[in-house]
Amino acid sequence: MAVINLNVNGKKQAVDVDPQTPMLWVLREHLNLVGTKYGCGIAACGACTIHLEGMAVRSCQLPVSSAENKAITTIEGLSENGDHPVQKAWLEHDVPQCGYCQSGQIMTAVALLHDNPNPTDAEIESAMHGNICRCGTYLRIRAAVKTAAKSQSL
Amino acid sequence: MTLEKTTINRRSFLKVSALAGGGMMLSFSWLAGCKPTPDGVLALPKAWFELNSYIKIGENGIVTLMAPNPEFGSNVKTSLPMILADELDIDWKNVIVAQADFFPERFERQFTGGSQSIRQGWKILRTAGATARQMLINATAQAWSVPAEEITTADGILHHESSGKKAGYGEMASRAAGVPIPEEVQLKKVSDFKIIGTSRKNVDGVNIVTGKPLFGMDYTQQGMLIAMIAHPPAFGLKVKSVEDAAARSMPGIKDVFTIKTLSDDYERNGFDTTTFTELVVVVGSTTWEVMNAKKALKIEWEEISDSDIIVQGWGGKQTVKIPAGLESTTGHKAKMAEMAKRPANVLRKDGDPEGAFKKAAKILERTYSAPYLAHNTMEPVNCFAHVTAEKAEIFGPIQAPEFIVQSLSARLGLPKEKIHIKLARMGGGFGQRAYGHHMVEAAVISQKINAPVKMVYTREDDMTYGIYRPTYVATYKAALDNDNNLIGFQVRGGGIPEHPVHANRFPAGAVENYLAEGWQLDSNITIGAFRAPRSNFIAGAEQSFLDEVAELAGKDPIEFRLELLERARNNPVGSNNDYDADRYAGVLKLVKEKSKWLETQADVYRGVSAYFCHNSYVAEVLDIVIKNNNPVVQKVYAAVDCGIVVNPDAATNMGEGGIVDGIGNALYGEMTFQNGVPEKNNFDKYRMIRHSEAPKSIEIHFVQSETDPTGLGEPLFPPVFAALANALYKAKNKRLYDQPFVSGVTIDLKT
Repeated sequence: MAVINLNVNGKKQAVDVDPQTPMLWVLREHLNLVGTKYGCGIAACGACTIHLEGMAVRSCQLPVSSAENKAITTIEGLSENGDHPVQKAWLEHDVPQCGYCQSGQIMTAVALLHDNPNPTDAEIESAMHGNICRCGTYLRIRAAVKTAAKSQSL
Repeated sequence: MTLEKTTINRRSFLKVSALAGGGMMLSFSWLAGCKPTPDGVLALPKAWFELNSYIKIGENGIVTLMAPNPEFGSNVKTSLPMILADELDIDWKNVIVAQADFFPERFERQFTGGSQSIRQGWKILRTAGATARQMLINATAQAWSVPAEEITTADGILHHESSGKKAGYGEMASRAAGVPIPEEVQLKKVSDFKIIGTSRKNVDGVNIVTGKPLFGMDYTQQGMLIAMIAHPPAFGLKVKSVEDAAARSMPGIKDVFTIKTLSDDYERNGFDTTTFTELVVVVGSTTWEVMNAKKALKIEWEEISDSDIIVQGWGGKQTVKIPAGLESTTGHKAKMAEMAKRPANVLRKDGDPEGAFKKAAKILERTYSAPYLAHNTMEPVNCFAHVTAEKAEIFGPIQAPEFIVQSLSARLGLPKEKIHIKLARMGGGFGQRAYGHHMVEAAVISQKINAPVKMVYTREDDMTYGIYRPTYVATYKAALDNDNNLIGFQVRGGGIPEHPVHANRFPAGAVENYLAEGWQLDSNITIGAFRAPRSNFIAGAEQSFLDEVAELAGKDPIEFRLELLERARNNPVGSNNDYDADRYAGVLKLVKEKSKWLETQADVYRGVSAYFCHNSYVAEVLDIVIKNNNPVVQKVYAAVDCGIVVNPDAATNMGEGGIVDGIGNALYGEMTFQNGVPEKNNFDKYRMIRHSEAPKSIEIHFVQSETDPTGLGEPLFPPVFAALANALYKAKNKRLYDQPFVSGVTIDLKT
């Protein structure tokens, strides 16, 4: 066990955990931020995607010790009420079916639009490749990313 | 207008009746998770007045509608309350939707599966809404001393025209809760619907995109422990011994033990499918600690012996054989090939099929196969349970709580009414969550350690647990005469452990000489419902075969099917054909028109398919283009006849999902076995369809209809397998008979 200083969604806090604990479980069970989901544990499905210093990363493969004092953003940190442009686009297109993968999808999309504010279909598909949706909402996700891109450029 | 007897959902009034004459303000302490709708935070009323189990109205006019069925992504949490709201005649923006707990004394049918939520909830919910509206009218008539017939309603306002009096539902709710329940109520005309047939956003949309706790996995409470299980690594094995000293000494670990969930002689119902009744359990403080300790377990496994289990299913009581042995996919294939050659059980026979094949001018015979499939819901199996001497509280993903409550009761030694199941939003279901073994497991663990516990499967535990879509094979045979008429048709289908043949479905009824046969083989690999059971294989086989028969007959594939449906309509063979030939033909004609079937485009390869299941009709046309020598699904057109569509945009979303899911499973879906071990245990090995592989565009057209609604979650899924295979044939000039169509990591087709 070790005390690790974290900066999650702009809030500085410390946790006392095994330094190898994946960030996913620290968020979910120590910080009570359950929007970040467990899907596979091997960085193959994208459900646990968060931002580390603005980059989309899979939190199930990120030891908490390597995130010490780095800026972490989770789905809960995007906005208070769901009014981040990407969240708004998701609601406009009524994207979710079961909804389980959508936090991860949104976090990947936000990082994509940060790096590439006006992505092509192919760039969206490529950036989102690591996020699985068994319900098959891929077309709506693509449409929502484009809507968000437009609203951000206004 | 339809006059509907309120006895249809009498149980929803039980509590009201019991309290009639007394105060009608009820405590809703059991009603948890009541969340404002996405349209904004509504001012909560000071008091609620319950008109029946589904509806309570606040003094300020805010209405809470209960979503009776568990939500797994088909959007019933939104669409079922829409049905209530329309008959109640309220403004949707004043509605709060709350998820009901499992409460069979108050709700009629709390089962999400078989695409039946809307179809079977339709009359129940309309009647509940209309009855509450009538009670508001009757109470108002008394208050104003006017005839009830003179009072009209609109958007939650009661109006008496000649006196000019108006009142909101909220003002009359207290009185309405006290009036007698009418014996009969008028239901609206379809043309009077204001909410049904209009697109309404998912009531949990904001909660989902902001990451609120909704799922079983998200549940926590004070003092809750985490449990994980170790199940045998192979089908055909069981626990022999456990060396747990290392695991016990690891940080955060509270206990390690073995549980037996169902006794060997327990008479199960059809949904008590439990692959492994004996599990090793690790309990601790946090998931990561328990996950690590689980890896430190040293478990010795041994082979099971042959056994029987007794299952009381829909088809009556039966003994199911569980053979010993470590099965492999290669062995399955060899056995299935052998069985496919032998005559099997005759399921239906019309005319003289043998004679027809003897005199045929042309005969076509083809065999199709498909592997086991894992459900791979994005949320792995999990469940919270807190069992005490007095009661059990359960919270977790479950499609069919009514099918597991008896087993919980029997196993825990508690009466059913002491078992309180709260329905979590499910991170996917697809049939897998109809089986509640995880609820029994969590409850047994909680009872054993006498503490609240959340049991969590790893992805690997989930993917290798079983309850798979069975593996199937089907051989089709068609006889054409000199004029290319289909004079004989045979299907022989088999599988492990069930066959996939629906003997009374199309083209039964359309061919004079018809034979359907089925066979099955026992196995210790468990199977379960998987989005459109049996149809999810047989539709692809049948519709691929009909495409090839049409080609042999020199006919356009749509015209060929329409000719057969014409025969089935005008002069059906047999009397128990389970489809309506007109509605079947209707979707084919609609997809032909919408896809501009007859206008061919250069370098676009098209396939068509049509299928009837879950009471609905679907035809699909799928377009492929070739990019960098790879087939890309450019567009899919679907025509759907599912009667009235309650929530069109959500229905379209689910239809798109069914198509994407179908393409994914057709191309990549496959579970294989070696010596009983499932060879794929996570998404690095089990290939799922991803963003770039989804169609570029999907157009879904619903037949305009005033027929009561039918299924939608499943019907778009089965036909796409064949639409894809038929389009790939056009693109590659090669018929595909064995799923999955793609192996390895590239999208190049198997050759």
